[in-house]
Amino acid sequence: MHYIVDAFVLAVKLIFTGNHEVYAITARTLEISISSTLISALLFVPLGCLIYFKNFRGKKGLISFIQTCYSLPTVFVGLLVFLAFSRAGPLGIFGIMFTPQVMVIGQVILVGPIVTGLAISALSGVSPAIRETAISLGASRFQSVWVVLKEARFAVLTAVLVGFGRAISEVGLALMVGGNIRGYTRVLTTAISLETGIGDVALSLALGFILVALALIVTVLANRFLRVKEADVAQSRAPTS
Amino acid sequence: MLKVERLHHSYGKAEILKNIDLGVEQGEVFVTIGPTGSGKTTLLRLVGLLERPTSGQIYFDGHVVNNSEKQRLEIRRRLAMVSQKPAVFNATVFDNVAYGLKIRKESGSSLRYKVINALETVGLAGYDRRDARTLSGGETQRVAIARAIVIQPELLLLDEPTANLDPVSASHIERLVDDIMKKSDMTVMMSTHDMFQGQRLAHRMGVLIGGEILQTGKPAEIFSSPRGRHIAEFVGMENIIAGIITSNEEGMVDIKIENNAIEAISNFGVGEKVYAGIRPEEITLARTKESTSARNTFAGEITRIVLFGPLARIELNCGFPLIALITKRSAEEMNLQTEDRIHASFKATGVHVIKG
Repeated sequence: MHYIVDAFVLAVKLIFTGNHEVYAITARTLEISISSTLISALLFVPLGCLIYFKNFRGKKGLISFIQTCYSLPTVFVGLLVFLAFSRAGPLGIFGIMFTPQVMVIGQVILVGPIVTGLAISALSGVSPAIRETAISLGASRFQSVWVVLKEARFAVLTAVLVGFGRAISEVGLALMVGGNIRGYTRVLTTAISLETGIGDVALSLALGFILVALALIVTVLANRFLRVKEADVAQSRAPTS
Repeated sequence: MLKVERLHHSYGKAEILKNIDLGVEQGEVFVTIGPTGSGKTTLLRLVGLLERPTSGQIYFDGHVVNNSEKQRLEIRRRLAMVSQKPAVFNATVFDNVAYGLKIRKESGSSLRYKVINALETVGLAGYDRRDARTLSGGETQRVAIARAIVIQPELLLLDEPTANLDPVSASHIERLVDDIMKKSDMTVMMSTHDMFQGQRLAHRMGVLIGGEILQTGKPAEIFSSPRGRHIAEFVGMENIIAGIITSNEEGMVDIKIENNAIEAISNFGVGEKVYAGIRPEEITLARTKESTSARNTFAGEITRIVLFGPLARIELNCGFPLIALITKRSAEEMNLQTEDRIHASFKATGVHVIKG
């Protein structure tokens, strides 16, 4: 109990007194996890659409495989990325081992299946009648898919948020391919694991609180954004008379 | 405007539509009518280019619809369809109605004007900001109709627009559809299982039963001279009695039934098997055998009396079953009871002779 109170006080202090290092770690954490989430959303929401709307052999198997990948161990992905990007690896020529870039790549691999799979579930929650209605009103194939995606917007956003949650909270991959280099690839999770290792539990807890607070803020903002957009739409249609 | 030739459609092994041929003229209201499951919706979906037929051709405005997605989209943009249970987008009523216009690249004040206008037409003025998903069934149907007519389609397809509504909403929607049809020069193809609705709205009807168009013609024609027993039953010809023509004198025929005979007007020759169809409302009842100009009078026993609204449905056994529809007032004044003996008469011209 004592620890937690101390840690909380320290966290508040660290945040409001402008501790440079904490800020830098937090900023780097957000930078990496938001990048990997956005890249995943841009790549894998469309992939989810493609898989959902196309009929092909092995579709069910593919979806099961994607769902299995939700729980890919972060250290395993870390290992694969490490092998691929280390000097001797096939992608070693890029020379990006132990950089934020390779951490983003690794996180995209971690988050991709979640975004793809949950996007597919999101789309299947929309009645097929919606797409037919759009088509019967003259929508092209692309426009009709867009309508369904818009109908599923909350669930799709949830998919992206869950992906973000995985990206910001994972530690195995960040440690293995990022290397926890101070001021460069150190993120909240790797810092926590390091500080705990060297016995500074209070600092660890403080960083932990920041991590949770970040996740909360991003979720609230994302929800707010969607709702504001809806209100906007309603407003702009208000009678002008 | 629209022509359908030798259209077949199957889902797996189930043959839904068989050899459909029909044409809809410019400005015409064509109603396909048939019982539930007869293929009406499938036919509309094929015409609406939502599905591709197993075989057969659809011509739109003289051009055959081919398989190119581009051409199908172009044609689809010239028509609009309202489905039986319309889905609304999770958006405002305005945005729902505006959808078809937006994908046709309309915007600004002309879009606004058209949407508001369409909402007024369907009686939803002032609903534009409402969340479309909170509307009642009747209101949803109105939004769906507004959404379709706002794009001023050359061909409007309506799939049982009143099938899932309560009677009051249904009659409102029917009146609305009737108004829209009268005020615009839209060509309309509609389906319904309600014979009376078809008769009220259609310029021409096609009877679709079991995936086949059995008869097309003006509503009055189909109603008065149904071609075949299925159609007769469907159009409310409740008394259908099998018999054989025993004489034909210049169109005046005797039809032998059980141990009786019915006189009727018909062109069928002697020896042909026919059905005599008599509408219940064309039968009059009397306590005594009166002298009357009606050629057919049968004595029978009342087996059942069913009252509904201002009407009474009297089921008789005259050696063959016969159903009469009279007013409740008549039934009361005559003090009709079950097991009463009574005389039922109908005119020879009131008998519709159908091929057996």
